[in-house]
Amino acid sequence: MTEQQLSGGTPAADAHHAVLGLRSPLTPEQTAVRVRRFGAFYYADMWIRRMRGYGWTVLMTAVGTPLVYLFGMGVGLASLVDTNGAAFDAGDGTTVSYLVFVAPALLATAAIMVASEENTYTVMGGFKWHRTYYGPNASPLSSAQLVDGHVLGFGVRLLITTGTYFAFLLIFGAVEQPGTGWLMIFSAILGGMAFGLPLMAFSAKLEEDKGQFAMVQRFIVMPLFLFSGTFFPLESLPGAIRWIGWISPLWHSTELGRILSYGHTEPAALTAVHVAYLVLLALAGWALARRNFTRRLGK
Amino acid sequence: MTAEHTVSPPRLAPAQLDPKDRFLGSLYARNIRSVFARGLKATWGSNWAVMISGFVEPVLYLVAMGIGLGSLIGTVAGPGGEQIGYANYIAPALLAVSAMNGAVYDSTMNVFFKLNFAKLYEGMLATSLGPLDVALGEILLALLRGAMYATGFTAVMGAMGLITSPWALLMIPAAVVVAFGFASFGMAVTSYMKTFQQLDWVSFVMLPMFLFSATFYPLSVYPEGVQWFIQALPLWHGVEMMRQISVGMISWGTAGHLLYFLVMIALGLVVTTRRLRALFLK
Amino acid sequence: MPQITSTPTVPRTASSTVISARNLRKTYGTFNAVDGISFEVPAGESFGLLGPNGAGKSTTMKMIGGVSSRTSGDLSIMGLDPDRYGPEVRAHLGVVPQQDNLDEDLRVRDNLLAYGRYFGLPKSYLQPKADELLEFAQLADKAGARVDSLSGGMKRRLTIARSLINDPKILLLDEPTTGLDPQARHILWDRLFRLKEAGVTLILTTHYMDEAEQLCDRLIVVDKGAIMAEGSPAALIREHSTREVVELRFGSERNTTVARELEGIGERLETLPDRVLIYANDGEAALEAVSSRGLHPITSLVRRSSLEDVFLRLTGRSLVD
Repeated sequence: MTEQQLSGGTPAADAHHAVLGLRSPLTPEQTAVRVRRFGAFYYADMWIRRMRGYGWTVLMTAVGTPLVYLFGMGVGLASLVDTNGAAFDAGDGTTVSYLVFVAPALLATAAIMVASEENTYTVMGGFKWHRTYYGPNASPLSSAQLVDGHVLGFGVRLLITTGTYFAFLLIFGAVEQPGTGWLMIFSAILGGMAFGLPLMAFSAKLEEDKGQFAMVQRFIVMPLFLFSGTFFPLESLPGAIRWIGWISPLWHSTELGRILSYGHTEPAALTAVHVAYLVLLALAGWALARRNFTRRLGK
Repeated sequence: MTAEHTVSPPRLAPAQLDPKDRFLGSLYARNIRSVFARGLKATWGSNWAVMISGFVEPVLYLVAMGIGLGSLIGTVAGPGGEQIGYANYIAPALLAVSAMNGAVYDSTMNVFFKLNFAKLYEGMLATSLGPLDVALGEILLALLRGAMYATGFTAVMGAMGLITSPWALLMIPAAVVVAFGFASFGMAVTSYMKTFQQLDWVSFVMLPMFLFSATFYPLSVYPEGVQWFIQALPLWHGVEMMRQISVGMISWGTAGHLLYFLVMIALGLVVTTRRLRALFLK
Repeated sequence: MPQITSTPTVPRTASSTVISARNLRKTYGTFNAVDGISFEVPAGESFGLLGPNGAGKSTTMKMIGGVSSRTSGDLSIMGLDPDRYGPEVRAHLGVVPQQDNLDEDLRVRDNLLAYGRYFGLPKSYLQPKADELLEFAQLADKAGARVDSLSGGMKRRLTIARSLINDPKILLLDEPTTGLDPQARHILWDRLFRLKEAGVTLILTTHYMDEAEQLCDRLIVVDKGAIMAEGSPAALIREHSTREVVELRFGSERNTTVARELEGIGERLETLPDRVLIYANDGEAALEAVSSRGLHPITSLVRRSSLEDVFLRLTGRSLVD
């Protein structure tokens, strides 16, 4: 579709006006048709452009974090764990090294970290401090499209992070079955969405910063990070606190990663639960975020 | 430059005293108390729940790693070479890490915000307070908080049966020293920062230091060159000092670690005071 | 006072009406932010909503802008219901909100480009248009600057430039010059006046009477969510005030006591905490009458009536507290 075709019914006879200057090539009606169709992409496009403003952070989290964790946990801690004779059952009688065991968890964790970074202060600030949502809200974009655009842009950031991370996992030899292992990128993105979108919905409702995010970080993110079978199998925890893992998107996403990365075997029904739980959380969060954005922007 | 010099003394000097006659006259008004009191009010007035919750984080690490990972690892070599439980091994390290984290948060994020957005210090320095009063007042607040967390954490260690020596109680003042070092150094670094993005760099330094400083596994897993490098970093000294204290193996090595922090405290304070003066008392 | 509904000053056909509101109402809980207002705006008019803070102006603007749904009543913009045709309505509009909401993660020029993309406009149009608008807003030399480095006046001009990126026929301006210094205000007024001359419909809210007098062909005076009066600035002054006003200051304690001795001078007296106002058609004559009664104010001033006086008359309160 060329620009000429779209600007078929040009509103102004002249393309230029003495005071108004260049005239828009689109009529308001044409604009509305385009935006109804592609609005979410317009917003996502802008979201990704803004990421350049903090490009260094994006790059450092994408490259620095995997290096640090892989050296720290995958190599350093692994040498202690492996020499002490712990072995990680792949489920089919074979065992894997600690590095291979922990790698899918590190990847899934990275996605969760990006999710909590992109869906807390930035979202609340868009309503409260920078008010960045109110500008596009006055344009033909709808509130739901802002959410959709955010989800798309956030997805791109997740892809950058997990994609880079996966490359490092390969370099460190942390993936036993690269043939299916690369799909971990997507199970991690799904985990990031399952955690990030409900958080986005929550952040969109906050009126005052009373340290809620610090509380979320300490009482939700941290426990999930530590008790989700990340650094040790969930089974090595007392039964009384294993439920933390069960409700944690990180555990489900990590377990999916382990299946893909080294063929960890588990009942197919459990695998289905992992996928269904993550998809459900992501979709519910998305829908809630749309509702909360629409309500707050339409006040 | 000369013009500035002729202008600044009258602004600094309280009427009743000639600043030249006092120790650090132009920098210090002997009024840390007022800065400290304001900070206490501000903290307890608003975010006490958040503040209390800061104690939870190291406890979670201790429970998760100590029990979960501990069941895989069993025992490791302690400071004296004897085998100790994995939870006993990481607990003092986590205390050092939490002292670092709290102090760094208080002296970077918090100070940066007050410096650049709330313009709090500008207001304070327009009174008779000097930059050293402000810096020390803020650091004292951070230390109080650090001492509270350390006490709580030590109590949890006791409850988990991880305290084997009465010397372990000395971990609390030691944690305050570690926190003091990081707070004064962190404030000095923050005084050079201009944007929020630069704060991200702080976490890029903290994360590797946290993971690599013999917190979760002994330094011996690294090649020698890397070991030297890590031994130059402050957290390693904090971790080692805590670990030695926790089992009561106090030695000249412990004193060396302590000295490292005393130097760090002094250096940080000198730089911070200079910077605050350059920023506000032009 | 009964509600004054639209009494057209110029004959117009339905097709030239761009905005039409009838019994428009917006309720937050039990609070009536907008309490049944009706008005019509023909194409090309500059229409003002004058009133104090909290009168319901911004809420009305949000409903017109298609970002806040009404509780009841009818509203149509370009013949469309904004609650149903939000994107279509917003495609017609340029909006300058009360609080700047520029994108601080983007540079000055990129703010214009990004905003244009929200309208689905092609880059081939947006690139030259952005440069042209920067010129218009006198920000050409700031194209690559960070938004947070701009002064308040510059940010405001950038927001106005941004609102023009889609070449709108209707411009909504919510308190466009609040917080600006006098020079910046005059630059803005000049820009807005040129747009009006070019046929753009301006809808603006303000609590500055001079702004309303400068920019508005017609305005409604709003208080507590209801319309108190409607007309051109000159007609409103003619209708609700005298030609001139004498402002007398006798000192805070004496104003009230002296006011009693002023009875009978001019057409009407208004006693405020800090001064006494005498409404008269001949201010100088009224002032002479004051002296002839042996009363000598600390300061005195004869001026023409303004919308401030109209508002005071209609509501018994000052516009700016």
